[in-house]
Amino acid sequence: MTELPLAFTLEAFTDFGFWSGVLVIAGIYAVVTLGLQLNVGYTGLVNFGQAGFMAVGAYTMAILVLETGLSLWLAMPLAVAATMAFGVIIGLPALRLRADYFAIVTLATAEVVRLAAQNARDLTGGNKGLYCNFEGGEQVCFDDSWRSVSDSILGFIENFWSDPESLLPLLLVVWATVAIGTVALGYIQRTPWGRVLRAVREDEDAARALGKNTLLYKIQSLAISAVLGALAGFFLALFLATITPDDYEPIVTFFAFGVLVLGGLASYRGVAIGAVILWTLLEGTRYVELPISEEKAAALRFAIVGVVLIGLMAFRPQGIFGKREEMVLGD
Amino acid sequence: MEASTARVESSPGESLREAARERPAAVAFGVIALMVLALIAAKGVHDVAQASLNGLTLGVIYALGAVGLTLVYGILKLVNFAHGDFLTFGAYMAYMVNVTWGMPLFAGIFVAMAATAVLGLFLERAMWRPMRSRGAGFLQLLLMAIGLAFIIRSTIQWFWGTEIRTLDVNVVDSATFLGLRIGETELMVVLVGLVVLVVTGLVVRFSLLGKQMRALSDDLALAETAGIDTRRVILYTWIFSGALAGLAGVLSGALTNLRPELGFELLLPIFAAVILGGIGNPFGALVGGLVLGVVIEWSTLVIEPRWKVTVGFVALIIALVIRPQGIFGKARAP
Repeated sequence: MTELPLAFTLEAFTDFGFWSGVLVIAGIYAVVTLGLQLNVGYTGLVNFGQAGFMAVGAYTMAILVLETGLSLWLAMPLAVAATMAFGVIIGLPALRLRADYFAIVTLATAEVVRLAAQNARDLTGGNKGLYCNFEGGEQVCFDDSWRSVSDSILGFIENFWSDPESLLPLLLVVWATVAIGTVALGYIQRTPWGRVLRAVREDEDAARALGKNTLLYKIQSLAISAVLGALAGFFLALFLATITPDDYEPIVTFFAFGVLVLGGLASYRGVAIGAVILWTLLEGTRYVELPISEEKAAALRFAIVGVVLIGLMAFRPQGIFGKREEMVLGD
Repeated sequence: MEASTARVESSPGESLREAARERPAAVAFGVIALMVLALIAAKGVHDVAQASLNGLTLGVIYALGAVGLTLVYGILKLVNFAHGDFLTFGAYMAYMVNVTWGMPLFAGIFVAMAATAVLGLFLERAMWRPMRSRGAGFLQLLLMAIGLAFIIRSTIQWFWGTEIRTLDVNVVDSATFLGLRIGETELMVVLVGLVVLVVTGLVVRFSLLGKQMRALSDDLALAETAGIDTRRVILYTWIFSGALAGLAGVLSGALTNLRPELGFELLLPIFAAVILGGIGNPFGALVGGLVLGVVIEWSTLVIEPRWKVTVGFVALIIALVIRPQGIFGKARAP
């Protein structure tokens, strides 16, 4: 790579291609983080295993399509169910633990999933990951069905817009999911069920004293979060058109926590806004031409998330939309 | 204690569970002894001894990392996710001295320990103490630690890039005794590691500072009431924690190589050692680290080596689910 002279070109920000990329990845993170919001913000569960749920969802879907020849549209609900079951199996023992232990166990679980995906090469393709199989000279990819739907959506859009961005269908589906998720979660938060979750967050012993089976509520919270994780896993797989273990590193969960605290704890609408802000920042530094090498730019992007986390926690722990009195950041 | 006398005619299963509750260390020792016997029966003494020796090199690194992490965790209730990156920082400091400046490795080790201790001190003054005095909660501190980990790692990546680097160590020669082979670097790692661990154990056990640290870990408010200068002890704890992390990083770098993810990859096994030993218990962390290293290496006798990292994490999860307070931890109300 040649060293560029000092030049700030902000042209990328006027480019729809740039924004569609940012919005797709931000939308995927918004879906994951909605689950975190339910867990961390409303139930008081410090769940560090979201990347693991994404991986379980994405791998289950792709393996079902590639190995058993199932239709993608059948594989997706099955993978969601599998991820949910995985969340419950993990939750049953882990949710009895204290918050700090729970955080470490969920992180370790997500790493076990990733390492298993790396090492169970026959099933997962190891580090090369999953994309297409060749059966009798015919290429079968896990996202074939999606591609054809995506193309027909694009065909429809072309009626109004001569040259639409190819990411547009995915962008629409992801953000529809974000919107539905935000509204639905906001709704259930106002139901009696949602109020019990808050009670668990505020004082689990008190909730138990009132006769609530708090473990059951916490498992439900984790299971819903697992479902959102699985959906985000699908979207990420469709976006990258491949599934490799590296896409589901703990970093993904940490970035999602960045989104969470940026938007604010205990605020569902904050999630989408936090995701867009964080990813505009992150992708923006990729497009702004800085006189530094690729490696240093990558380091810089990483540091941005660190600065966001530290700065927010030190100076504005409630984020943009969070309410200070709703925040149970204590122990 | 009185429960054991009251339940004389309990079933064998019951008494076994009772035993596991009352004397977890003895039970853990028994389980490990059984594993050794089974492995020796299946694979022979030589293979098991060789694997144990390999495991020891890994174990000293885990143990060195875990002692510092558990002290900070126990005293400050801070889950220091940046601890792994302290290791990375130490390793690159040693690289600078050892490779860039061409000085001997022991100078590198010394600089790494000093620099990482200073880093720990600086962060305590700049970040952790102000946050504590503001009454920051568990999640707030946890997320700050993660942010800090990102910043340390990206700073290292900024200066040294992502390429894999090696320290100037002898990777060719090896020593042989009793039919066991150990590379010279591995031998150095084990010896340095064990000596420092023994010294650490003695300091924590017998010195006034060590006693004060344990007192703070038990109950910070009570220790303060008893007239301990908690601020001073906390500063020393960071020095201790940082220096040991720096050393662990250099040893790990000498054993394999240096890359910005070095410390983060070690963080979870180190957490496992901390939890096995009981959070806040430095002796527990020390033993937990050594045991974990050896057990992980034993697993390679039975299953393919590429699964060994997974074995460590699965051990952590099982240990936490069965006995969250650790083998050496006391059962306390959560």
